[in-house]
Amino acid sequence: MGLLSSVFKKNVSEEPQKPAAAPAKSADVPKTTETTKKEVKPVVDKITVGHIHMSGCTGCLVSLADNYGGLLTILDRYADLVYGLTLADVRHIPKMDVALVEGSVCINDKLSVEEIKQTREKAAVVVAVGGCACYGNITRFARGGQQNQPAHEAFLPVGDIIKVDVYIPGCAPTPQMIRNVCVMAYLLLKGTKEQKELATNYLKPLMMAAQRGTTACFCDLMTEVINQGLCMGCGSCASACPVRAITHEYGKPQGVRDLCIKCGACYNQCPRSWFSFDVVPAYEAINEAIMAALQ
Amino acid sequence: MGTELGNYKTCVSARSTNKKLLKHSQDGGIVTHLFAFALDEGIIDGAIVAVSKEFALKNPSKCMAFNPTLDDLEPWRPIPAIVSTKAELLAAAGTKYNISPNVSLIKEATRSFGLDKVGIVGTPCQMQAIRKLQLYPIGARDVGASIALAVGIFCMENFPYQSIVQLVEDHAAMKMEAVKKMEIGKGKFWVYGKRGQVVQLPLKVTHKYEQPGCHVCLDYVANLGDISTGSVGSPDGWSTVFVRSKIGDSVWAKAVAAGCFETQPIDKVKPGLELVSKLANEKITKNKTTLEGRKTFGVGKALRSPYI
Repeated sequence: MGLLSSVFKKNVSEEPQKPAAAPAKSADVPKTTETTKKEVKPVVDKITVGHIHMSGCTGCLVSLADNYGGLLTILDRYADLVYGLTLADVRHIPKMDVALVEGSVCINDKLSVEEIKQTREKAAVVVAVGGCACYGNITRFARGGQQNQPAHEAFLPVGDIIKVDVYIPGCAPTPQMIRNVCVMAYLLLKGTKEQKELATNYLKPLMMAAQRGTTACFCDLMTEVINQGLCMGCGSCASACPVRAITHEYGKPQGVRDLCIKCGACYNQCPRSWFSFDVVPAYEAINEAIMAALQ
Repeated sequence: MGTELGNYKTCVSARSTNKKLLKHSQDGGIVTHLFAFALDEGIIDGAIVAVSKEFALKNPSKCMAFNPTLDDLEPWRPIPAIVSTKAELLAAAGTKYNISPNVSLIKEATRSFGLDKVGIVGTPCQMQAIRKLQLYPIGARDVGASIALAVGIFCMENFPYQSIVQLVEDHAAMKMEAVKKMEIGKGKFWVYGKRGQVVQLPLKVTHKYEQPGCHVCLDYVANLGDISTGSVGSPDGWSTVFVRSKIGDSVWAKAVAAGCFETQPIDKVKPGLELVSKLANEKITKNKTTLEGRKTFGVGKALRSPYI
C-alpha cells in the first residue's frame, strides 16, 4: 500500500502548505534537490496533541512513552505536544487537535470538572485513553476516605461528563494501540483522501465504542457475546484480561467477577464484539504502513 | 472464483515427507512439519498448539498456568499449550474437533514463556482474533510483533466438547477413550476406534451439535492466516495449502526448499480448488443468511452482529 510514503515526502521536503503539488513538479529533479538543501523543519503540518491527566495512575502516559523511539518520531513528524503534565510547560489547556485524556473525572473536584469541560471546548477530537477514562475501571471501586482529600469519592468516566469521540480501552492501554491511533488521527486530519478513508475505517470501531457507553466489565462478554450466541471460544478475552480473571471452561470464557476491574479490555479485544472487514483483512499493509511511518 | 478463498499468493496440494509424522497427522502433516521446520530454523521459538490430557499431565508447565485439575480432564479435550520441540509437536498432531482457545495463550507465550517469535495454529476465527489483536492491540501489549507464524486451518464449524461426547458415545456408540481418530470428509463424520472399528455418521446428524457461534462466521479457509491448510480439495493423505502473507510465503518457500514437503499443483489434483470454493461458498451463503435472520430475530428486536 505504501500509504504513508507520500505523507513522508510531503513533510520532509517542505511545502506542505501548497495543496497537491503537481506530480510533474515533484519529478523535477533540480527543484527537489534545491529544496532538500534548505534547513528543513518538518513541523508545519503537524497536528497538535495534548495529554490531559484526570484521576488515573499515569500508567497510560507511561504507555505512551513506552513507544520509545516511535514516540520521538511521532513528536518529530506528526504531532506537537502542546499540553501535558510534566511534559509540556503549559498551565492552561490550549486549543488542540487531539486531546488524549487519561483517568476518570472526580466530580467532587472542581478543577477536574472545569478542566475536562475545557478540554471538550478546546479540542477537536477527544480521545479517552485507558480503562479509567473509558469505563471508570478501578476508580469505579473508589469510596473516598483517602488523604488528603477524603471527600473525593465519586469518579466518573470522561464520557459521563463530556462527549468523547474515540476510545482506547485497556489497562494499561498498549503503546502500540496509542501509537496506531496517533498515526491514524494524523492521517485523518492531514492525509490524502485515500489515507483519510483508511483512518476513518480504522477509527470507526473505536468511535462506536465511545458511543456505546461508559460501563464495561467481563459481564459484557456474557450479555453481548455469549448470550447473543456469538462466542466461538477463540481465547482472546483471556489473553487480554490484565488481571487474569478469565479462564476457559470447555472452550467458553468464565470470569472470576470479583477479580474484574471493569477495564473493558476483554470485550473490546473479542473478535465477536466488533470486527471490521474493511480494516482487519488489510492487516499486513496497514502494519507495514504504520511501521514505515515510524522509521 | 470470487473472494471466498481470500487473498493468496500460491496454492498447492502438499504432504509431509516424514513418513513417521504422517502416521500421527490428520492429513498431510502440514502444520506439524511446518512448525517443526520453523523451530529448527529459528523462525519461531515456540508454538501454541492443542494438546491432549496425556501430554498435559506429563508437561503441566507447558499448559495454561491456571488449568486447575488436569486429572479431571476428559479424553479428546484439547488443551492449549506451548511446545518447543519436535517430539512435543508430534504429540499434539491431529485434529480434535472441539474448541481449543489457543489465542488465550498468545500473551502468556510472550510473558512467562518468554518467547519472542511465537507460532500459533488456529481456526479461521482464531486467525481473525490474531489479526484484530495485531491491529487493535487493546489488551496485548508487545504481542502483535511477536507473532512470527500463524497457521490457519480450514473450518466449516466447530463443536463444544459435550457435542463430541454426544456424537461419539451416543450416535457412534464408542467410548471416548477408545477413539483413535476423528475426521470429517466425504460428507460424513468418521470415528476410528483404536481396535480398528470405524463408524460413520451422516453430517446431517452432526448439525444440531455445532457451536452456535460458528453460524455467523464468514471464513472457511482461514483467509487471515500466514498459511492456511486443510484436507478439502486434495487427495487422501494430502492437504491443500494456501500461502497468503509475505511471512507465509518466505517460510513456505524455505520449508519446501528444505525438502519438508512434497507438493503437486492444485489444478492437477482431484477434487481440486473447485470443491474448496464450493464448500466455502456454501458456508458463507448459509451464514450470511443466518446474519440476515438475526436482524429480524425478535419482534422489532434484532440480535447483535459483530461485523461493522
